[in-house]
Amino acid sequence: MPLQVISHPEVKSVTTVRLLIGTKKGAFIATSEGRRQSWSLKGPLFGGWEVYHIKGSPVDPARIYASQSNEWFGQIVQRSDDGGENFYAVDNQFSYQDPVGSHLYYDGSERGFEFKRIWHFEPDLEDPDLVYAGAEDAAIFRSSDGAKSWGELPGLRGHTTGKSWQPGAGGLCLHTIVIDPRLNGRIFGAISAAGVFRSDDLGSNWRPVNRGLKSDGIPDPDAEVGHCVHRIAIDPNRPDTLYMQKHWDVMRSDDAGESWYEISGDLPSDFGFVVALHPHQSGTAYVIPISSDYEHFPPQGMLRVYRTTTGGDHWDPLTKGLPQVNCYVNVLRDAMDVDDLDPCGIYFGTTSGEIYASSDSGDSWQSIFSGLPAVYSVEVQRI
Amino acid sequence: MSIRVILPPHLSRLANVPKEVSLAVAQPITMSSVLDVLEEYYPVLKGTIRDGNTLERRPYVRFFALETDLSNQGLAEPLPELVARGEEPLIILGAMAGG
Repeated sequence: MPLQVISHPEVKSVTTVRLLIGTKKGAFIATSEGRRQSWSLKGPLFGGWEVYHIKGSPVDPARIYASQSNEWFGQIVQRSDDGGENFYAVDNQFSYQDPVGSHLYYDGSERGFEFKRIWHFEPDLEDPDLVYAGAEDAAIFRSSDGAKSWGELPGLRGHTTGKSWQPGAGGLCLHTIVIDPRLNGRIFGAISAAGVFRSDDLGSNWRPVNRGLKSDGIPDPDAEVGHCVHRIAIDPNRPDTLYMQKHWDVMRSDDAGESWYEISGDLPSDFGFVVALHPHQSGTAYVIPISSDYEHFPPQGMLRVYRTTTGGDHWDPLTKGLPQVNCYVNVLRDAMDVDDLDPCGIYFGTTSGEIYASSDSGDSWQSIFSGLPAVYSVEVQRI
Repeated sequence: MSIRVILPPHLSRLANVPKEVSLAVAQPITMSSVLDVLEEYYPVLKGTIRDGNTLERRPYVRFFALETDLSNQGLAEPLPELVARGEEPLIILGAMAGG
């Protein structure tokens, strides 16, 4: 696969880069000038609450949506219209459309779909009032009024396979929503442990797109669903190309999910949670290998980001500035992001509360914050 | 009747109110009628104490008054007279579970 390099603006000192950080005990907002050498931190927001995800509108960075929840008091949705200076609670009613139906539980018994929390917000690429929400139990909701009201897009959960979905270790969650940047109505959703689903009509109808995924424990090697997909990312320059970090295996599709093939290649472990793509160079992707599904820490206690510049199979470890001894952290699925500057910045947060940043496309790293609560999500935006 | 309600820290901060609030609740004074008024006063609390769809108490929320656990009392049953008269507070709190 030849590289595709897209021209883009150089870093300007007037640029401000903002990180929105969701953690186990609140949210934080970090900002830096465009060279991304020094950072300031604001927070915690919503202290004591879990913030699974907090994300800004790509067309209006002042608009931010945050998922605030805990086991005791349920789901709150917070919205800011001024870049995070102030937040206010908006609608938190996520009602599953009738017939609610059932899915399979861990033991194979039937369980009715029941709302637990929002894992992910995906603001629309054009309209700041339009936002999608990925829920546990797996469902996708949509708001067209800036989260003042929510309605389910029932075509996903109502797919004929819905009754056979089973939860992953973290629950039956729709954790990733990807909007095709061509604005062609195509949306992807990823569910643990059902797989990837695609809609070509703005979320009305959905179908599984998991051909080529192989998952141990599924008797049928061609199973349409049942795959524990951890994360997918779309190539902004070639939107038919997607990358996937599955429970095991790093995968790639060049036909919008119609088929997948493995690109784990020489990674030390192909288990992990995150995958992120270079904003300008097609074929350049980043993953953070984790030892296994029972040892949720990096192999040999060495925290390494791996980068491919060839679209997969060959991966280089990026270690400069990252701890290479006694590091037993995890990086969760929504906790890595890439900015669109040149050179691009890459950011990730760990379950031990550190935020690492690279301002040179991954060549070197620095810990920009430590001592935060366990990091659930990191979103970067130029403002 | 003015009813005293003590909120857990998470919810008093969420609603931006003191730990204890007073609510004007019409007769009959039941858990449901108190929660109805509480949510009317502070809409941000909808869905946090009882499920927004079923209106059932959330599993990890507990109700106490007069050193008595009222969590499993029917929501439509009258609250104790001292609570109904505003002499003792109704205490809402999160269960001691998890971390």
